This record gives sequence, structure tokens and C-alpha cells, in this order.
Amino acid sequence: MPTRCGAIRAMIRFENVTKVYDQKARPALDSITLEIDRGEFAFLVGASGSGKSTFLRLVLKEDRATSGAVYVAGQNVANISSWRVPRLRRGIGVVFQDFRLLPQKNVFANVAFAMQVIGKSRSVIRATVPEVLKTVGLEGKERRMPHELSGGEQQRVAIARAVVNRPGILLADEPTGNLDPTTSMGIMGVLDKINQNGTTVVMATHDDDIVNEMRKRVVELRNGVVIRDEAKALYTSMIPIVGQSRRLKDASGIDDLAGPGRVSPDGTSSGEAMQ
Amino acid sequence: MRLAFILSEIGSGLRRNLTMVISVILVTFISLTFVGAAGMLQLQINQMKGYWYDKVQVAIFLCNEGSAAAGCASGPVTDEQQKNLEALLRSPAVAQYINEFQFESKEDAYGHFKEQFSNSPIVDSVAPDQLPASFRINMKDPEKYQIISETFASQPGVESVIDQRKILEQLFSVMNGASVVAVVIAAVMIVCAILLIATTIRLSAFSRRRETGIMRLVGASKTVIQLPFILEGVIAALIGAALASGTLWAVSYFFLGDLSKQFQDTPFISPGQTLVLVPALFALGVILAGISSLLTLRRYLRV
Repeated sequence: MPTRCGAIRAMIRFENVTKVYDQKARPALDSITLEIDRGEFAFLVGASGSGKSTFLRLVLKEDRATSGAVYVAGQNVANISSWRVPRLRRGIGVVFQDFRLLPQKNVFANVAFAMQVIGKSRSVIRATVPEVLKTVGLEGKERRMPHELSGGEQQRVAIARAVVNRPGILLADEPTGNLDPTTSMGIMGVLDKINQNGTTVVMATHDDDIVNEMRKRVVELRNGVVIRDEAKALYTSMIPIVGQSRRLKDASGIDDLAGPGRVSPDGTSSGEAMQ
Repeated sequence: MRLAFILSEIGSGLRRNLTMVISVILVTFISLTFVGAAGMLQLQINQMKGYWYDKVQVAIFLCNEGSAAAGCASGPVTDEQQKNLEALLRSPAVAQYINEFQFESKEDAYGHFKEQFSNSPIVDSVAPDQLPASFRINMKDPEKYQIISETFASQPGVESVIDQRKILEQLFSVMNGASVVAVVIAAVMIVCAILLIATTIRLSAFSRRRETGIMRLVGASKTVIQLPFILEGVIAALIGAALASGTLWAVSYFFLGDLSKQFQDTPFISPGQTLVLVPALFALGVILAGISSLLTLRRYLRV
């Protein structure tokens, strides 16, 4: 077991985490072991249903792991009582594909909402919100309504809202899914800037251009199993990965996949990884 | 800041769901009015029972100035007659049927009368001398009233022997029946109110699911998320309770006021007395809203 000190270096830590939604179907996550360090920028890639969203939900304690342990900032989320879950979530910002802005509130009010509901004072809100809007590049657009903004601008508002309370972690679930490539790169610039300021960023995405451009850590999931975990990697591995049988329950075999192009012990169905 | 925020959330929730809120107010109003009506009937029964009803069954009224009864031909009761009557009550032949008896002097009678008819104009036209003294008897077996009546009715100094219960019991059974009907209607209406409040909160939670979703994500506490919904129901129920209280007061002020002028020998409750029901109605309204929001929020607004 890691010491407490060791666990704190890892902002997010999954230990043999399995999540089963339906007993008859295959698990959404199958004995995942993974560590994301403080200040790291990691892409979570993989097809729909590969377990990316489940991963994010477990970090937020929206769901409970069927087995294994999830640590966030050194704390096992299973030990967080339900009335302390809000405190956990204040340390995590979340951004979605569909922005989720409040249509009847302007840009300033949308960002301020995240501070109001946790009881921040008016003066703190007045001081903080313009600063954060500047960070995401929305200076001077405080009074615009969401429908008056482009998709990229709306997503910037959503990012501003996610980081206005200075969370240690930013989770982004396909934040560029609705945006064109140029706009997407702008959003990535904002996320990178937030990451430079020390926030750990985990971004689930399908967008291969972005992943290839950013050259950050890439964790690839398939059928609830980590099949690749590379630093400074591309969307698809340069070296073909041999397909991972989901019946492979031996966690140590999955753990060893940390390097680029490592071949799994089960080498029977090669080529399946290339899609 | 947080309080101001919760208040503004409540305000927008009430505005958005105005029609539902109005129906919640009306249903709680009607149900609490019926609860209050049952309460008023019980208060009225207590008022009519007066001081002695629950303590004794039989009253032996003694002769007074100007009593017309045959036993009073010799004028008001004398001390000796009164002593004889008391001795007779203590004699084994009678005592075996009696638990205990008390003597009510004219002054006592006046005190009890004033209390019972405090809301009636008749109280000003009665003096202590006009009221008879009496022996009040608590029977071991109220059915043996006949024995007491036969023994005492012909004694000198006795004006009349009355089984008070017989007179009032029929009236009370009608009033108790009316109370039961009111309570049954109130119970049905309360179920309606609870279901309606639950539906309102459900709609409200649905129409504000974007906000609450974001609140959850940014780590708003359960209180901040759920309190506006609970308070919306509570406020609507409180308005209903206020309307019900006003209605009860108006009924006692106008309707019972008229009745007490028409039936001067019957004691009626005063508008002030109905106000004791008001805190109960408000509490009931809050409990209704609380129960239904607890049930609803657990299902539709998980945090």
C-alpha cells in the first residue's frame, strides 16, 4: 500500500478499480490501476463505451466503484461521507461537450453562479470572475448572454465556471466534441494555460488531431481496460498494439503496459487495436 | 450571500410554478379549514360542558328565591334543610350509589356561570342571587340516576334533580359526528395536499434541473440545493394555513356571534378562543410540506 505522502503526489489514483453497471454485461471498467500526478495533463481516449465517462464519474463520486479503490488528492473517495461529497467536488472542475450554461444568465452570472452556490461573498465574486474570464479570453464579454456567443466562446465560459473556485483537478468530457478544429485548438490553449497554472487536467476525447498536436500523456481504454498508457503520445500508437482480451483478468499484465508499444501477454488477436 | 441566493432561488421557483403553487395554497387552505372546523366543534363541546359536565352526572338544585317548584312552597332553602339533605347523601342507603358529591354555593355557581357564558351578553343580566345552590353528585353507576331522583325530588328545599348528561348527550353526539365527518374530509384533503406538493416539487426540480446539475458539480451543499424546493412547499402551505385561520376566525366572529345573540342560554366559543387552533394549523401545514418534500427530494433531487 502507498504511504499517505506517496498518494498525495498522485492527484488521481485508481487501484484495481472495477465498475459493473449490469451484472450480465461486461464491466464498464475492469480492474483499472492508474495514477495521474499533480499538475499532469492526461488524455483519456477510446471508443464510446470504453469506460472514459465511467472513469470521470468515479472521480466525482457520482458512482461507487464495484471493487477496488479510487483516491482523489490522497483520499479514498469510498471513505467520504455523502455530506462531504460537495467538498470533494469543490476540488474538481468539470467541463462537458454541451457546455451546460444557464441560458437566462449572462456570462458573468454563469461564472458567478458557481461561487454563489458555495457561499462566496459578493466582493470575492466581483474580484475573481473578471480575472478568470480574462484567463479564458473572454474579456469584455461579461454582459453577453450565452445565445449571443459562439460555441467556442460558450465553452470558454463553461471552463471559466469550472475553474473559478480554483479546483486542483479539471475533468473535461469531450470539451471539443461540438467545435470545429480551429476553435478546438483555441480551447486546448485555454486548458493548457490552466494546466500551466498547476491544475491537473484529465480530458476524455475522440479528437485525434488535438491529441496528436498536444503531445501529452495518453491513456487509451477499450472495453473497460487500459490498453495503452504513453507519455507525450499520439492518438493512436505508432507501434501497433496487440489486442487486449477482456477476459484477461491478470491485473499485473495490464500494469506493465505503461511503455509505448508494449505487447500484452495475450497475443492472439493482433490488429484489433488499429481502428 | 448564501441566504440571499436561496431567497432569490425560492422567488424564481415560486414565479415559475405559479399555477401549481396556487393550487397547493388552495388545497392546504381547504384541508386545514376542515381540520380547524373539527377543532372548533370540539372547543364548542367543551364550552357547553361547562365546569361540572365531566365531573358529575346528577345535580340537585336547591330552592331559590321565587322558585316555582312544589317543594319550594316554603321559600328558599334553609340551612337546616340543606344539612338534612347532606346527611341524607351521606346515609348508607344513598351513599352506596355515590362516589362523591360536592356542594356548589350561589357564589360558586355564579363564578362557573360567568366562565361558561363569558362570550354571551346574558352574563351581565344575571346576579349571584338568581342562581340556585346545588349538590353535584358523581355516581358510581350513572344509570342509577332514577334512585337519586326518587329519593331527593320530594325532599323539602329541593327544587329539581337533573341528569345533566341526558340533556346534552344527544347534542354532543351530533356534534361529535360532525367532527368525525370534518376530520375524514380533512384527511382526504391532506392526502391531496401532500400529493400535490410532491408533484409541484417534482415539476420544480425538473424545470430547474440544469441549475441543480451545475450546483452539484461545483460542490454546492445539499442544503443549498434542496432548501429552496422545501421552502417553496412550506411557504405555499403556510399561506394556505393563514387563509384557513382567517376563515375560522371569520366564522366564529360573524356566524357564532349571530348565534349567541339568538340563543342566549347556550354558551358559544369566542373568536379569541379559535385562535388557539392557529398555531396547530400552521404546524400542520409545515409538517405536510415537510413530509412531501422529503419524500420527493429523495427521489428526484439526489445530491
